[in-house]
Amino acid sequence: MNMAKVTITVNGVKHTKSVEDRTLLVNFLRDDLGLTGTHVGCDTSQCGCCTVTLNGRAVKSCTMVAAQANGGQVTTIEGLAKKGKLHPIQQAFSDCHGLQCGFCTPGMIMATAGLLKDNPNPTEDQIYKGLEGNLCRCTGYINIVKAVKRSAKLMRGKAR
Amino acid sequence: MYELKYVQAKSVKEAAAFLSANPEAKLLAGGMTLIPTLKQRLARPTHLVDIAQLAELRKIEVKGGKLVIGAGAKHHDVANSAVVKKAIPALAGLAAEIGDPQVRNCGTIGGSVANNDPAADYPAAVLGLNATVVTTKREIAAEKFFQGMFTTALGDGEIIVRIEFPLAKRAAYSKFHHPASGYAMAGVFIAQVADGVRVAVTGAGPGVFRWKAAEAALAKGLKPDAIDGAKLDAAGLNNDMHADSVYRANLVRVMTKRAVAKLSGKK
Repeated sequence: MNMAKVTITVNGVKHTKSVEDRTLLVNFLRDDLGLTGTHVGCDTSQCGCCTVTLNGRAVKSCTMVAAQANGGQVTTIEGLAKKGKLHPIQQAFSDCHGLQCGFCTPGMIMATAGLLKDNPNPTEDQIYKGLEGNLCRCTGYINIVKAVKRSAKLMRGKAR
Repeated sequence: MYELKYVQAKSVKEAAAFLSANPEAKLLAGGMTLIPTLKQRLARPTHLVDIAQLAELRKIEVKGGKLVIGAGAKHHDVANSAVVKKAIPALAGLAAEIGDPQVRNCGTIGGSVANNDPAADYPAAVLGLNATVVTTKREIAAEKFFQGMFTTALGDGEIIVRIEFPLAKRAAYSKFHHPASGYAMAGVFIAQVADGVRVAVTGAGPGVFRWKAAEAALAKGLKPDAIDGAKLDAAGLNNDMHADSVYRANLVRVMTKRAVAKLSGKK
């Protein structure tokens, strides 16, 4: 078996593990680190449920081997809340009920984090475009878009 | 995915040497096509040679009257580069429409061009702008580089280093997205260059091609209506579950008109 030694900082904690070269980043996160908040939806790079940020940018962790992230900084949904306080994006998805079954939600939230980093005050069209890589099969997206708008407000410190 | 060995190249030179020594090794850039292919076990390389982290491949600059983009530049880089936006804004716009944000954060221009997917966006710009593909071995004109569905002039172990785009007077890209995949059902890149107008079409045929009848028509008058009489034979176009060839031929015509309208700043 071809094994690679990878060192990846996940949610601020450095992990060095020996994994098979073909191990996908999402499997490294879920199986090796036990961080099961990152979901595998379609497993074909369509649905975005596996979205995490790598060095600050949103990527689909099912479409990358862990070795490609070697030396990098990964943030997963588990890394957003600080000291028991929800991240503003998580708070907004809760406030606006931007979900139904919740399966796509970690990916939606991580994609929103990526979107708002580039564009802190997106228009509705820009939100649609920014979430093009994420599918939700329940909500019809209305409340997700509301949640992204509220996330943007909260993060700009403009919402009560 | 079948078992394989991952190798991180330290330089383009090292990657090229590795590919030459290991004929069944595959080059890995953004991986947006390769990793899904491997996951479906449609390919079985012995090694993945990763060149995504090589800074030498990420440069974007204007040099000698050309926009030069390193093969490792990600779609996000090209879409947001001030240099590209100033030199060939249509190219930045094209990059911003590829796939989705997560794909644009990984996928590279070199990977897209090397893969030559018949529905990929970049080949239309490379052919439309009459760009040159510079590899580890030679310089290849766009016309010679693309050789039909998933086929290029690249030889074994040859790596794209950069792409050199001559600066057009004006250029525009118009694309009809497949609603699920985001790929082009038809995408048309138009460039007004010194010796006329070039029209490159992606998504509609088995590979990117120039629509020469439209070029001739637009040379007489650069207006959307100019192509009304230009012939386009639907027989050679793609005919699949997403769209039949006659519909695709019509899409090419509409996308061409939209691109011409964009050239003149009209919506």
